[in-house]
Amino acid sequence: MTKPAVRAHSAETPASVTFQSVTKRYPDGTIGVDGIDLVCEAGKITVFVGPSGCGKTTTLRMINRMISPSSGTILIGDRDSATFDEAQLRRGIGYVIQNAGLFPHRTVIDNIATVPVLLGVNRREARAAAMELLERVGLDASLAKKYPYQLSGGQQQRVGVARALAADPPVLLMDEPFSAIDPVVRAELQDELLRLQREIGKTVIFVTHDMDEAIRLADRIVVFQRGGTIAQSDTPERLLIEPASPFVRDFTGDSGIKWLSLMSTEQIASSSSRLVSERDSLTPSDEWRLSVDDAGVAQYWIAPGQVEHTLATPCRRTFVVGLDPMRAALDSSLMSPAGLAVATDESQRVLGLVDFAQFDAAIHRYRSTAHA
Amino acid sequence: MLDTAWIWRNLPKIWDLLVQHAVLSYVPVVVGLLIALPVGIACVRWRWCYPIALAASSAFFAIPSLALFVLLLPYTGLTAATAIIPLTLYTASLLLRNIVDGIRSTDDSVRQAAAAMGYRPMRRLVSIELPIATPLILGGLRVAAVANISMVSVASVIGVASLGDLFIDGTQRFFATPIIVGIVLTAVLALITDLVLVSVQRVLTPWGQTRRSK
Repeated sequence: MTKPAVRAHSAETPASVTFQSVTKRYPDGTIGVDGIDLVCEAGKITVFVGPSGCGKTTTLRMINRMISPSSGTILIGDRDSATFDEAQLRRGIGYVIQNAGLFPHRTVIDNIATVPVLLGVNRREARAAAMELLERVGLDASLAKKYPYQLSGGQQQRVGVARALAADPPVLLMDEPFSAIDPVVRAELQDELLRLQREIGKTVIFVTHDMDEAIRLADRIVVFQRGGTIAQSDTPERLLIEPASPFVRDFTGDSGIKWLSLMSTEQIASSSSRLVSERDSLTPSDEWRLSVDDAGVAQYWIAPGQVEHTLATPCRRTFVVGLDPMRAALDSSLMSPAGLAVATDESQRVLGLVDFAQFDAAIHRYRSTAHA
Repeated sequence: MLDTAWIWRNLPKIWDLLVQHAVLSYVPVVVGLLIALPVGIACVRWRWCYPIALAASSAFFAIPSLALFVLLLPYTGLTAATAIIPLTLYTASLLLRNIVDGIRSTDDSVRQAAAAMGYRPMRRLVSIELPIATPLILGGLRVAAVANISMVSVASVIGVASLGDLFIDGTQRFFATPIIVGIVLTAVLALITDLVLVSVQRVLTPWGQTRRSK
């Protein structure tokens, strides 16, 4: 098998992508990207955000030379991308676009096998590898022989991701891949991408105009502003806490609330004293309590003074300790008639209840470490 | 009205005319496709070619076939070429538009994806754009094939044998049977040809039968 050209020069590890005063000026004089310097770290997810027309997609597309820079250098690993043969360079860089851009005349499996076949892998081997990838992106093997028009938008996009990963490229470019997908499926695809990234550790560069998506996915967020310059490049947390300019502050919106989605619930204290089994008879109490079934799954809220198991107020929202962010914990608290968040483990077994005061303490701890 | 005895007597001759008619219709379709494909591809590649090629083909299409046959007579004489050459050019003219539209029908996102996957332009044309153009090109072929089958009869006027001979025979002798046989056979040939092309389309483009637009 001919290895992707990019990898041949940067060993087997994911490659960083470095911009050195890169500018894109169009023939009519308009400036798409204005002298940016940026390092997209190897093995991390870098997300480009910004309003439309600010150069984020242009910047992305200069990496695989779909658009050629007017001046400046882009390094893939430590090699100048301009020194690669154009087609070879692109075969070594995964690319996912909005609406997937699948080839309508090819089956799912052949779509995925595209780049390996271009690289000279024989079709049978390429298909076998594609089958594995199909399952890896969460699709059923029975979809292999289907044509793109037979898939839903979300399934098409998963195939698009599999196709981009088929040649195991060190760099993966994603140009607003999930923006045409409905919110529920989009969240699924985002989770899937994070899970996949934990397995494969690619250098991912992701373009979006959705700040929530950026915060959810990014190791580093690069905010672009009008005129094709970078307003700020930082970790999601720093970006929210210390916006570099009023533009970034406005663009990030309700930063404090968004910050909650970055705070871990690992440290949060819960108490199991107010849990009762739905089989036990109730003794009078002047506190809210929560009944759980035999598996420990949350059932109903028991109001102060209530002495019988009625099915009055079901428990609707819980959060998984350490896995869900603070935002989910607060949501659980706000949705409960008692004002208590319900902490569970991954199998939905209730660990305890979290008092609102606990949030204050936990958030306070975060704030003091973040500002330190 | 229909003289079955005449039909039985002339069966071998009718069969010969039918075969000749089919050959005269099909050869131009194949050759016309072979001419139109590179021209169409060139028109997509170099945009300025297209208006010129389109104008030329439209002007050409306006010339009556009989006139062309007569014009060619001094050069190709009473051979099949006299009929085949004009029909080939008609077919090519007809297909040009379908080929260009077909290649252009590839979704921009698909073309972008192909480039980003590392397809060079020639390979992209062959493995992505032409296959996607197939339904439109085959649509053009169906029209061209059926049009040829109906037009070929005219060649009989200049002495190139086809089912048209039956019309001339019938008209000259004021005898309906050959004319009816000619019409029926022409229609049947057109119908079968179209059915074959539709099946070819089914086989070649399993992905396009109920293609949804997004």
